[in-house]
Amino acid sequence: MEKTAAYRKDVYKIEAIDVNAFYGQFHALKGINLGMEENAVTALIGPSGCGKSTFLRLFNRMNDYIDEFRMKGQIRIDGNKIYNSYIEVEQLRKYVGMVFQKPNPFPKSIFDNVAYGLRIQGIRDKKLISERVEKALKQADLWSEVKDNLKKSALALSGGQQQRVCIARTLAVEPSIILMDEPTSALDPISTARIEDLIFQLKTEYTIVIVTHNMQQAGRLSDKTAFFYMGELIEHGPTKELFTNPKHDRTENYISGRFG
Amino acid sequence: MLRAKEYIIEKVLFLCALITILTTIGIILVLSIEAVIFFSEVSIIDFVTDTQWTPLFTKKHFGILPLLSGTMLTTLIAIAVALPIGLSIAIYLNEFSPKGFRKSIKPLLELLAAVPTVVYGFFALMVVTPFLQMIIPGLSGFNALSAGMVMGIMIIPFVTSLSEDALFAVPKSLREASYGMGSTRLQTSFNVTVPAASSGIIVSVILALSRAIGETMIVAIAAGQQPRLTFDPTVPIETITAYIVQVSLGDVQHGTLEYRTIFAAGITLFIFTFILNNISFFIRKKYQQRYE
Repeated sequence: MEKTAAYRKDVYKIEAIDVNAFYGQFHALKGINLGMEENAVTALIGPSGCGKSTFLRLFNRMNDYIDEFRMKGQIRIDGNKIYNSYIEVEQLRKYVGMVFQKPNPFPKSIFDNVAYGLRIQGIRDKKLISERVEKALKQADLWSEVKDNLKKSALALSGGQQQRVCIARTLAVEPSIILMDEPTSALDPISTARIEDLIFQLKTEYTIVIVTHNMQQAGRLSDKTAFFYMGELIEHGPTKELFTNPKHDRTENYISGRFG
Repeated sequence: MLRAKEYIIEKVLFLCALITILTTIGIILVLSIEAVIFFSEVSIIDFVTDTQWTPLFTKKHFGILPLLSGTMLTTLIAIAVALPIGLSIAIYLNEFSPKGFRKSIKPLLELLAAVPTVVYGFFALMVVTPFLQMIIPGLSGFNALSAGMVMGIMIIPFVTSLSEDALFAVPKSLREASYGMGSTRLQTSFNVTVPAASSGIIVSVILALSRAIGETMIVAIAAGQQPRLTFDPTVPIETITAYIVQVSLGDVQHGTLEYRTIFAAGITLFIFTFILNNISFFIRKKYQQRYE
């Protein structure tokens, strides 16, 4: 999926059209329609079990490996239907990177972690790999801390540093979209602040979709927010508007901390 | 009344535990005492450097090397068969197979370990050797190759079962991270899952090795009874275990030097399996908790 292929500026970068998802009998997402803009941060919020992570994982087809998972409807990225049979999942995932809830670096060195995505693409050019690793680590705001210890195991780093390795690892593949599934929920406040700064910088070049439980985080970071409840999309819109003037009672109750 | 009952049950359980410890100590004691007597008559330097093992002949040599090389040869062949096949099965079951298939195939696989080894030995001698002789014309009727290969098949379940457990224990988050960057399942299993499970896989191989070293029936039946210092898999050899069987069943008089050779051979065997088991214990202890 090249950036130019079927790319039209007037459509959303990511678009969900009438999406329903099921785990066996459980109806996890009910008729979701939502568009996400390019080079913006979209936050998905809602109480646990509301379907926001399931929704996020549709965009890189991460739910494909779950037994009994079914989905109906369409997801379009750059206008392309990503659930079409001719889409290669591996290509899609290079274009749509993902950062997970718990830092999950591989039990390898920092360098090998960041170089992983390049190596599996068959890139053997050592100079190119080390350039891309350095660039990704700089983008992830980690280079100055680890540049003398690239051979050190990534597992020896702190939680916040590990999460930045994971972000660098994702950036090294040069995706266009980055999905973040509660990327700071396992981190302390200082590490969280650093990751948030990082997300703020990254949005100039990438389209970011972030799932978060933290209302303040959604308020600080995102341009658009979508509120999910019991598998339904209750409300979505510009973050400021949704937080200051929610249209639905449920949204208001949730963001004001009355439940969730 | 109740307290007395508790007391008796407690002591009975303690006795049961004691029996296993006493048995182990007893075995080590008997092996050591007999071996000490043996080494008072045969120099230990001859034992480890002499290249001939002919204690039952008139011109006696007591070099353990031929038996050791026989044991190592069959064991290496067995591992060369069992590691690739066993690990492939483990990877397939864990990463690719449908869940139901995994559940039904695992007990079947463990059935391989339940086949009596004498049946394997017979199979090696009567089926595998004739078959191999069609491919390798110079192959003797007794040889290390077919015994080692069949032994490899026998230890596949050891490799598979433990490797599979180790692969299963690799957190899902690591696999997802790899998929998330666009790896295929095969790339993920070879670049992430197998390296992350390597300590468990090494343990499985070591335990399988120690099982192969101690295996007796297959080599006694199919590998021959000719101790010789060689790494040629096509000729008859003799392993330590096969030698012990040969002497135990033969008409060697108890209490003689010839008879005591089996204790010297036995303690050599014991030392090897003991070291291997300890290495695997050490690896397991050191790396087990990494993902918890």
